Amino acid sequence: MNKSAVKKQHREPLFHIAKRDDLVWWKAWLIRLAAILLAMLLVGVISVILTKGNFFETYQIMFIGAFGRLGSSTRLLWKFFQKTAILLCLALAVTPAFKMRFWNCGAEGQALIGGLAAAFVMMKLGDQLPYPVLILIIVVASILAGAVWGTIPALFKAAYKTNETLFTLMMNYIAMQLVSYYAYVNAIPAGSGQIQSISTGHLPVIGNQPYLLNILVVAVITAFMLIYLKYSKHGYEISVVGESQNTARYIGINVKKVIIRTMMISGAICGVAGCLLVAGTDHSINANTVGGQGFTAIMVSWLGQFHPLIMVIMSALIVFLNSGAAKVADSYFLNSSYADIVVGIVILFVVGCEFFIRYTVKYRHLQRGKSA
Amino acid sequence: MIIAFIQRAILLGVPLLYGSTGEIVTEKSGHLNLGIPGIMYVGGISGVIGAFLYEHACGNDVANMNPFLAILIPFLASVAGSVLMGLIYSFLTVTLRANQNVTGLALTTFGIGIGNFFGGSLIKLVDSEMPSIVLTKTSKFYSKTLPFADDLGWFGEIFLSYEFLTYMAIAIALIVTFVLNRTRIGLNLRAVGEDPATADAAGINVTRYKYGATCIGSAIAGLGGLQYVMVYTDGVWSNDAFGDRGWLSIALVIFALWRPNMAIFGAFLFGALCNAHNYIDGLGVATQELFKMLPYVVTIVVLIITSMRKKREHQPPEHLGLPYFREER
Repeated sequence: MNKSAVKKQHREPLFHIAKRDDLVWWKAWLIRLAAILLAMLLVGVISVILTKGNFFETYQIMFIGAFGRLGSSTRLLWKFFQKTAILLCLALAVTPAFKMRFWNCGAEGQALIGGLAAAFVMMKLGDQLPYPVLILIIVVASILAGAVWGTIPALFKAAYKTNETLFTLMMNYIAMQLVSYYAYVNAIPAGSGQIQSISTGHLPVIGNQPYLLNILVVAVITAFMLIYLKYSKHGYEISVVGESQNTARYIGINVKKVIIRTMMISGAICGVAGCLLVAGTDHSINANTVGGQGFTAIMVSWLGQFHPLIMVIMSALIVFLNSGAAKVADSYFLNSSYADIVVGIVILFVVGCEFFIRYTVKYRHLQRGKSA
Repeated sequence: MIIAFIQRAILLGVPLLYGSTGEIVTEKSGHLNLGIPGIMYVGGISGVIGAFLYEHACGNDVANMNPFLAILIPFLASVAGSVLMGLIYSFLTVTLRANQNVTGLALTTFGIGIGNFFGGSLIKLVDSEMPSIVLTKTSKFYSKTLPFADDLGWFGEIFLSYEFLTYMAIAIALIVTFVLNRTRIGLNLRAVGEDPATADAAGINVTRYKYGATCIGSAIAGLGGLQYVMVYTDGVWSNDAFGDRGWLSIALVIFALWRPNMAIFGAFLFGALCNAHNYIDGLGVATQELFKMLPYVVTIVVLIITSMRKKREHQPPEHLGLPYFREER
């Protein structure tokens, strides 16, 4: 063989990638913050190109769109918290499943079915039962419906290892069609094909703020999830199953039971979100009631490192981007889908930056210097 | 009646066939690309933008339009748009080893956003006087069918009455089947998807195969969006009209057991299922909604049955959804 060819093969590449030891937490967050800022910068540039507006004004409009003007009514601010709460609730719901490496992509459908159960009870039993009993039944029905919808894929996953990503994904669309069917059959007003407004079975309003109850409920769920994942035996079992099913089996954890139980909880919390949406704020239901937030929740959960408190920040960020970008599009008479583009860009940047947290890039000449 | 039903089913099935062929190519490299719905939107809108600009350049007059260019420009624009999306996905998941589910979902949000945004704002951005995007002229070129199909009775109507994009979808599916099963490239690609570490040790450039499969897969899937806009809706873009066909394509991949030639029949069957409610007499509007769940239910049933039978050749690629890092054991 030719000598130079051999030598060429052994040339080290210009750089290579190596796994990092765990990065200090504040450094990791600095990287994530940098990624978000970089993405926002790109969003600003794109906005200026599309709208021919002022660079800094774009950000100003975003803040006004998300939080409202300083000193004006707090309506937008409440709406911001409401949207954050619902998104957070769905993200919290999928988190235990994700920690178990069960990719529950069905939050959308599980929440919708929960909402459907709520709507069903509100319409069927609304004028027959005393109010407290009615509310109790509504809540229980939504939780049960969500849990059942989440448990079905889990049963098959536990028994036959059926691919859960695709199973839960398909269940979303079945739930949507069921809701459309229900809305056609029980339309209010009759024959209109949609349920405009259900008059009975509204969840109570606290302190004259229609969104306060939702926000409080989700706060409680956040605290519960924090404790459940971190300090309970169930939470421990979930993380062991997620790390390695063989280890879990070896130390005597019933893996199938954990999968089914965790998905029940996951679905149940989605059901709560559906109940809050239908009985709490909308008082109506259609196939778009959850509006894709079930999918966004998957990204929130992952971006939040499966940690409930970080997820609070992440869902707030996503809601801010969504309403802010929608306002920018609105002020320049552009299509409101601009918001989806903005959210997409920011998430892609954050997903990409994880690389720089987990790996380092080592250059050839630096290494040679070290070894010499 | 029956002939019309079959024709409609095939027309509806073609975008699904493009989408699932593209997804199969990608999944064979071990990447579950959940960005396909977004990529199909981008493929559609890029074609629309290409056609829109060309019609604009020709002064909106059919007489000035060259049939060859009228087809080629939107086609290339569509492919370029989809490949760009594929590059974003592969850069993030292959080079940066990001989580595939999250990247895919974000790409879908992004892609649907791009589709709807340009679909809703394109006219404003170029200060045109037209009220909405209607590309009937370009669509006419895309909808050219074989001239002798009508003379052949039912046979011609069922088999020969389609536009070139339909035949191309079938051809691509067959070619992909051949390449995957009968060539060295296909063998290497399957090896990468099954066990990248072994493939790497055997001297296969894993990164190159993953990039290649994702980008080619995206290009194929994007054509599904193009067919939908140019043929199915006669060149009229309306926001969100493409709907959840992207997810159906991903469902079809499972239904076809990762085989593009099976996907051909699957796509037409799905097209028929999606459309069955229009051809069954005496269905109310409400019951039609129930019928629309058929493709999803069928997919779930297939998913369960294949996982119960555990036949080795019916399983997804072994390393599907997992990142590959050479130094990790």
